[in-house]
Amino acid sequence: MKLSVRNPGMLTTVQDLGRWGFQQIGMPVAGAMDADALRIGNLLLGNDEGAAALEITLLGPTLVVSGDGLVAVTGADLGFRLNNVPAPTWRAVRVTTGDTLQFSGPSGKGTRSYLCVSGGIDVPPVMGSRSTYLRAALGGFEGRALKAGDTLGSGTPPALWKRIEGFECPVDLRPERDANAPLRVVPGPQEDRFTPEGIETFYNSEYTITNSADRMGYRMEGPVVAHTGAADIVSDAIPLGAIQIPGHGQPIVMLADRQTTGGYTKIGVLCTPDIASLAQRMPGQKARFRRISFEEALDISRAEREKLSRVRQARAAWTTRPEEKTPMRGNAEERLSSGVQQAGAGSLNLVVNGTGYRVTWETASE
Amino acid sequence: MTEAVYPRLLHAGDTCVVVEFGDTIDMAVNSRMQALKERLSRSGLSCIRELIPTYRSVAVYFDPDAVDPKRFLNMLEEMSRSEGTSSAERTTGVVIPVCYGGEFGPDMANVAAHTGLTEDEIVRRHAGTDCYCYMLGFTPGFAYLGGMDETLATPRLKEPREKIPTGSVGVAGKQTGIYPIESPGGWQLIGRTPLRMFDPRRSAPTVIEAGMWVRFRPVDHAEYDRLAALANKGDVVVERFTRESRPEERKRT
Repeated sequence: MKLSVRNPGMLTTVQDLGRWGFQQIGMPVAGAMDADALRIGNLLLGNDEGAAALEITLLGPTLVVSGDGLVAVTGADLGFRLNNVPAPTWRAVRVTTGDTLQFSGPSGKGTRSYLCVSGGIDVPPVMGSRSTYLRAALGGFEGRALKAGDTLGSGTPPALWKRIEGFECPVDLRPERDANAPLRVVPGPQEDRFTPEGIETFYNSEYTITNSADRMGYRMEGPVVAHTGAADIVSDAIPLGAIQIPGHGQPIVMLADRQTTGGYTKIGVLCTPDIASLAQRMPGQKARFRRISFEEALDISRAEREKLSRVRQARAAWTTRPEEKTPMRGNAEERLSSGVQQAGAGSLNLVVNGTGYRVTWETASE
Repeated sequence: MTEAVYPRLLHAGDTCVVVEFGDTIDMAVNSRMQALKERLSRSGLSCIRELIPTYRSVAVYFDPDAVDPKRFLNMLEEMSRSEGTSSAERTTGVVIPVCYGGEFGPDMANVAAHTGLTEDEIVRRHAGTDCYCYMLGFTPGFAYLGGMDETLATPRLKEPREKIPTGSVGVAGKQTGIYPIESPGGWQLIGRTPLRMFDPRRSAPTVIEAGMWVRFRPVDHAEYDRLAALANKGDVVVERFTRESRPEERKRT
């Protein structure tokens, strides 16, 4: 299956789980800003959980399909449409030559969406990863965001990919990305460089995400967090989700494209699920921080990872389900409203998440 | 504030922890950090995802599914306490050819004005003292070098440039460095190297590695062009040298 880019959208890049292993030579990790959304998208399709996909930012692309395969859109709700009709997200959707994938725009529920395809987006790996790192023009599709006229290939689809069609991520296993939830922080590594009042201010104030919020980091604006002395340290590693507070006292949360090292004090580091939760917010939205222990963070993150293994199990069960008598199978959100005719040819009306569809089919000759 | 006791473990989220050996830029501290980093690299522990060594600490990313994180932290604490400095010889040096001044060193006049030295004297001093690479970071292949002749120290530009060409050699305060990729920056540019300091297609993507010595060698424009042509073809011609370790470092090992 290939995808041709008719319109690239605001910022559409190829990302996987990142370029790990090279931070010691200064190579930023990059990778999906909402890693679990990418993982689930891939799991829905039977791909390796780290297969490359398109990370779509607010205003999505228009893509034309050639060939056959499955796609799954996860993460933010950016108005996914298939052939001009709203299409289901968090679900393995069959596409074929001539189909057009579009995004009608953000709904206020998230900033970044992931378009996964059977077999993953096929671009040459650079230093072990297909993630795009824009600042060094490296990885992904020619090291840059997509442009109109680009054509993306995909890898070998998993065996039995056709049987995966229609599989949907159970609602309770989708990551919660509540834009109002406080972001949970494990204190350290330089919490001791802030005054007790500074620490109290940080955890008891509301911060606004400024316009300087991108894949590298989110700058916040709000009450000043006071240092005990100088805000500079001898440069050390910047962990994913680290909250840097330079001399001006305003937090900067460091994300996927962060520089590997830096010389500013870090009051704490977000727990893993809340890194994605912040990455799904946009400038102008608010953030509050809540101090939790290392042990609490371990429990929270473990619970998230368990959801992923439940998605994996549900997908395996779906793929190995017994043969169906009818060509379409309803789940809780689907209603069949007209009689199914004998296999061979027929039609039905279907309501999926409130949108009506008329589906017709016929058996192709052997 | 209470006095910190080193080495110490610092939390850095739920998948990373930092082991810190000190608060200064110091070869002895750096060597103790390197020793732990080497022990961890050799340990073959599958729960270690990535190690990021810096001047005085190493960040350890771990896989919380592959190990009980609390047990791993205890083990790390124990390993970090065992005495030792790096076993690495730290005698490897790499020569970086630099074409100084002219179009490649647009800020040479600033450095001359600030230091009161002539251009020739700046080149002689910059190329006359070996620098030590403590760590890489910031952007791909950027080497944090220590040991530049301090008489060359010049503050950063008041207005940073938006685009600094790949290979530019600059001075910022007491530091010197080489821009491995085109990036914005405020360093005073005094020359340019024809070497490709960073190339992801090479098996060793960077010319300089942490723990190496760096010696700058002045070259003229013709030699620069010759080396640049080789570099553009993808040939890696890097001259190396061996340097005695510093007396104070030998004492400790």
